[in-house]
Amino acid sequence: MASLYQRFGGGLATIFIALVVLWLAGMVLAPNLMMVDYALRPNLPPAQIGGPNDVYSLDNILYLANESVHRSIFFKTIWASALVAFITFLVCYPIAFWLAQRATMGQAAVAILALTIPFWINEVLRTLAWYIILAFRGPLNALLLNIGVIDAPVRWNGDGGVLAGMVYAYILFMLFPIYNSIESLEKSQIEAARDLGASTWRIHWRVVMPHAKAGIATGCVFTFMLAAGSYVAPALLGAPGSRWFTEIIYNWFFEGGDWNRGAAYALVLLVLCLFVVLATLKIARVNLTDVAK
Amino acid sequence: MSTADRIARWMFTAYMVVFFAYLFMPLLVMSAATFNTSRFPTVTPWQGTTLKWFAELWADAAMWRAVWTSVVVAFFVVLVSLPVGTAAALLLTSLHARARGFFYALMVSPLLTPGVVVGISTLVLWRQLNVGGGTFLIVVAQSTFIICYVMLMVVARLQRFDRTQEEAALGLGASRVMVFRRIMLPYLKPSLIAAAFLAILQSVENYNTTLFVRGFETPLTVFIATKVRTGLTPAVNALALIMIVMTVLGAIAYEIARRRQAAAKDERS
Repeated sequence: MASLYQRFGGGLATIFIALVVLWLAGMVLAPNLMMVDYALRPNLPPAQIGGPNDVYSLDNILYLANESVHRSIFFKTIWASALVAFITFLVCYPIAFWLAQRATMGQAAVAILALTIPFWINEVLRTLAWYIILAFRGPLNALLLNIGVIDAPVRWNGDGGVLAGMVYAYILFMLFPIYNSIESLEKSQIEAARDLGASTWRIHWRVVMPHAKAGIATGCVFTFMLAAGSYVAPALLGAPGSRWFTEIIYNWFFEGGDWNRGAAYALVLLVLCLFVVLATLKIARVNLTDVAK
Repeated sequence: MSTADRIARWMFTAYMVVFFAYLFMPLLVMSAATFNTSRFPTVTPWQGTTLKWFAELWADAAMWRAVWTSVVVAFFVVLVSLPVGTAAALLLTSLHARARGFFYALMVSPLLTPGVVVGISTLVLWRQLNVGGGTFLIVVAQSTFIICYVMLMVVARLQRFDRTQEEAALGLGASRVMVFRRIMLPYLKPSLIAAAFLAILQSVENYNTTLFVRGFETPLTVFIATKVRTGLTPAVNALALIMIVMTVLGAIAYEIARRRQAAAKDERS
């Protein structure tokens, strides 16, 4: 702190610190604390706020634990997000390996450009694209009918549609961390493993993946978190039977009119995500500093 | 080459083809559907080629209001996040190691928070101050995490900064404000331009956070998502196509600028 003053002088340093305090205290900490406050208070009519009934309790969080539909949607969101992360990993790993170890400089440059272009495009549009493809009278059904795989159009909307749209949306968050970590692997290590008689699977399992552990963990953490917190993919590609936890939260705010319960649900989601992020990073021994690259 | 190798190679090629088809097919189908006469955006069956959906989009007053809302929000997000992100980066790089770890974690925490939670927490805080959802809250909520991106980009450039430049300027009698304005800011300029570009993109494309703090405002992403539920026509595809073309052109311009700069740096060294 002192070095900031020394370096930029009193006026500038004070402005910098004021801006950062405004951000961290006013925009990061205060809103989250207020959300906790909301989550722990009952939903009361305005006249009773501050009255004898306005006491802290865990009622809103217990409500989630006891309401069987919401609870099952919550658990479904968790495992479905983990599944999204896992499938995204399976889709990305081979190409990440190829990019990092096998491709020539030119190939890699072209491939990376081709990979990046879809991801400059906004998530809502990418989801819309899937909405059109998966539509009942859409191209996917038309194609499958044509080649005779199915006899009648299929309703893709639902868990399958959400999965396809989410994997699509988060490929890059998985691909680049893995690519970066595989790139630093010496080619000679792979050759050594091969010369010593390891099969291709074994080379990946025992040499490449352990080396790329940090990148894999980072990619999985990001994908999981983005999937669990996503609203647009389940809203557009889901069906009434495949609701996502974020949709329940939204309904508490804008349809159920119970902000306290909505805040409690959001808090549960936040704690879950932080827990998953920190636990995964701890297990993979990755530093937070390396994640944000 | 053994048979096993040949099979492996063939499988990998097939995988690459499927992968890139998966990547581009949705965007191609969506773009192509813009030119189909069919009222529902699709490519099967092709009912005739038309440009009428562009005309319909052009005549849609609600769409123009959504564009305006998004532009205003993006403008103010850049206005807020560039100075704050730069200040955060400068603060972070002048802290001692231990404090730096703590502040770094705090500063990147909005990126590790689900987008809906950022929106919700902003909404409940400002309700205490009787401020409801609307353009102002969208700017506040989006800036909360877009500042992180600016901070990370500025930190990356600051790490290569040569402090002796500052010392030389001070030794020659420049004031500290002048050193900041004439040495630090010009040095940071490329990363600030890149950060502004990223901030605009993040702001315009954001949906999860914006949804909770929008009040009665309808930015572009919300407009598109609402259309999908209330009556999707290829006019929305026309909008999507225009946004795709603009983003790709922007991305290419950004890439060219970056390469030119890298080339210039190579020449100098």
